[in-house]
Amino acid sequence: MNERIVAKRPADTDTGARRGVPAARPAPEAPIPPTTEAEKKAPHVRPGDRIFRGLATGSGVFIVVLIGAIGLFLLIQAIPSLALDKVNFLTSREWSTGDVNNMRYGILDLLLVTVVSSAFALLIAMPIALGIALFLTQYAPRRLARPFAYVIDLLAAVPSIIYGLWGLFVLGPVLTPIGQWLTSTLGFIPLFAEGNVSIEFGGTIFTAGIVLAVMILPIITAVTREVFDRTPPAHVEGAIALGATKWEVVRTTVLPFGKAGYVSASMLGLGRALGETIALTIILSATGTAFGWSLFDGGATFASKIALAAPEFNDPRSAGAYIAAGLVLFVLTFLVNAAARSIVAGHKEYE
Amino acid sequence: MAKRIDVKDLNLFYGKFHAVDGVSLAVPPRSVTAFIGPSGCGKSTVLRSLNRMHEVAPGARVEGKVLLDGEDIYASSIDPVQVRRTIGMVFQRPNPFPTMSIRDNVVAGLKLAGVKNKKKLDEVAERSLRGANLWNEVKDRLDRPGGGLSGGQQQRLCIARAIAVQPDVLLMDEPCSALDPISTLAIEDLITELKKEYTIVIVTHNMQQAARVSDQTAFFNLLGVGQPGRLIEVDDTEKIFSNPSQKATEDYISGRFG
Repeated sequence: MNERIVAKRPADTDTGARRGVPAARPAPEAPIPPTTEAEKKAPHVRPGDRIFRGLATGSGVFIVVLIGAIGLFLLIQAIPSLALDKVNFLTSREWSTGDVNNMRYGILDLLLVTVVSSAFALLIAMPIALGIALFLTQYAPRRLARPFAYVIDLLAAVPSIIYGLWGLFVLGPVLTPIGQWLTSTLGFIPLFAEGNVSIEFGGTIFTAGIVLAVMILPIITAVTREVFDRTPPAHVEGAIALGATKWEVVRTTVLPFGKAGYVSASMLGLGRALGETIALTIILSATGTAFGWSLFDGGATFASKIALAAPEFNDPRSAGAYIAAGLVLFVLTFLVNAAARSIVAGHKEYE
Repeated sequence: MAKRIDVKDLNLFYGKFHAVDGVSLAVPPRSVTAFIGPSGCGKSTVLRSLNRMHEVAPGARVEGKVLLDGEDIYASSIDPVQVRRTIGMVFQRPNPFPTMSIRDNVVAGLKLAGVKNKKKLDEVAERSLRGANLWNEVKDRLDRPGGGLSGGQQQRLCIARAIAVQPDVLLMDEPCSALDPISTLAIEDLITELKKEYTIVIVTHNMQQAARVSDQTAFFNLLGVGQPGRLIEVDDTEKIFSNPSQKATEDYISGRFG
């Protein structure tokens, strides 16, 4: 890494110099300059700078290589199994990988359950997180804001297995009457229709989504709070001096300033929800029926499906099917993050 | 328009710290009053108390009276938000709202006051930008973000924003300290224009500026570290800069101090 940078730099300077003074340089010297230039330039680059630059570049390259390697690994492991798939991998709702000579599996149901449960969680968590962040940064007295923020952060420290158990044994029963009411009164809307698993048991996407919402709430809140806290005081004062009320100050300065951060925080939360494994493995009831677009369906997400199938991994061909599913999850999370980045990039005027 | 200000025995505090002690002064309408004095003497604090911005800081407290045409803006029946709508303020660093277009920046105050009529808003935007000597420079790019302007243009945009609501008084807190000499000149010319219609109070560290633009000058000083700032004297600008009645003032303006 270092060598490349050191070698490159004088070369660049040289072309610049040559462009600047083309006539002054005698022809025979032309091939030599890179070395002489390098010698002349060398003392200007302090060793500390060079080492630090090398370390920083190395770390940056390392992470890119790592992600590339993970993607490559997933792809290499998945391809042989995908070749054995008897149905369309992307559009099939079947999943049977037990008999390696007749593997029929597709990710459609997994994809839908993953996306719907995460989107539902995001829908619940986003407004609450926004409210908490605004409260903590704008309305709460300083003395209260700090401990309150710690409590929110603490939510992130609860292990997800605890959330799973809590969702199944505490939240599930509590939600049962609500679920029954929703299916009986709003059942005509597909989202609230009678699902393919028992509501009494609570293993529905509805329960899972609410648990996920609680799990991603601290991430979204923490990042949003940080961003809101960084609203330039000059803009806040400008708004106040124009006769803005507290809420108008928030609307004219804090929200426009923090919007991009809030959206990317939410995407970060979504990324976590998409990949959440153990809590959903515990909560979601297995079902043989396909996902029917109801929140009261059961099923499995990518991650919970893979976790449940751990015993099957002794055969590389069936394991490959799950790795292929994992690859789709990887791409999905990647896309979500890319979307978040592009949204943030669209709001550059504040940077 | 253009109201007079009477400050009566004003004491300002940040928490337990007594920042300004017993200031009394009168600002006549349609005039420019300059506040000068060393850093930390409380001149900005006094300025910010004139539109109730001082109390925005946590723990800040005000004692005494500020009368706007005889009406105490600190009376319990007065809403600080209303006060700030009638007394405009321009800050040290230009602070246009970066997500808003130039036009929206100018009419931000009117929109807050509930004006929705687009024609009226456009009219006010043009009038205010002309008033701030910025119209010719930005008339073709009113929909571009205000942050894209130069520092001097941004500051004039902020002045346009402040005068768009036709305030009774215009407060300026070192409006030129972040600007180059040419932009400073533009703002000073503008201040001279604006005083025909507005009562202006300006804080400045630049004594030549005070001498150039103001009719009346108030000199603030503090006796020592940790002591509250005081108003040493207030008089016609000409008198302050030629023949001040206090020795401290003379020392300060002749550069023998701070």
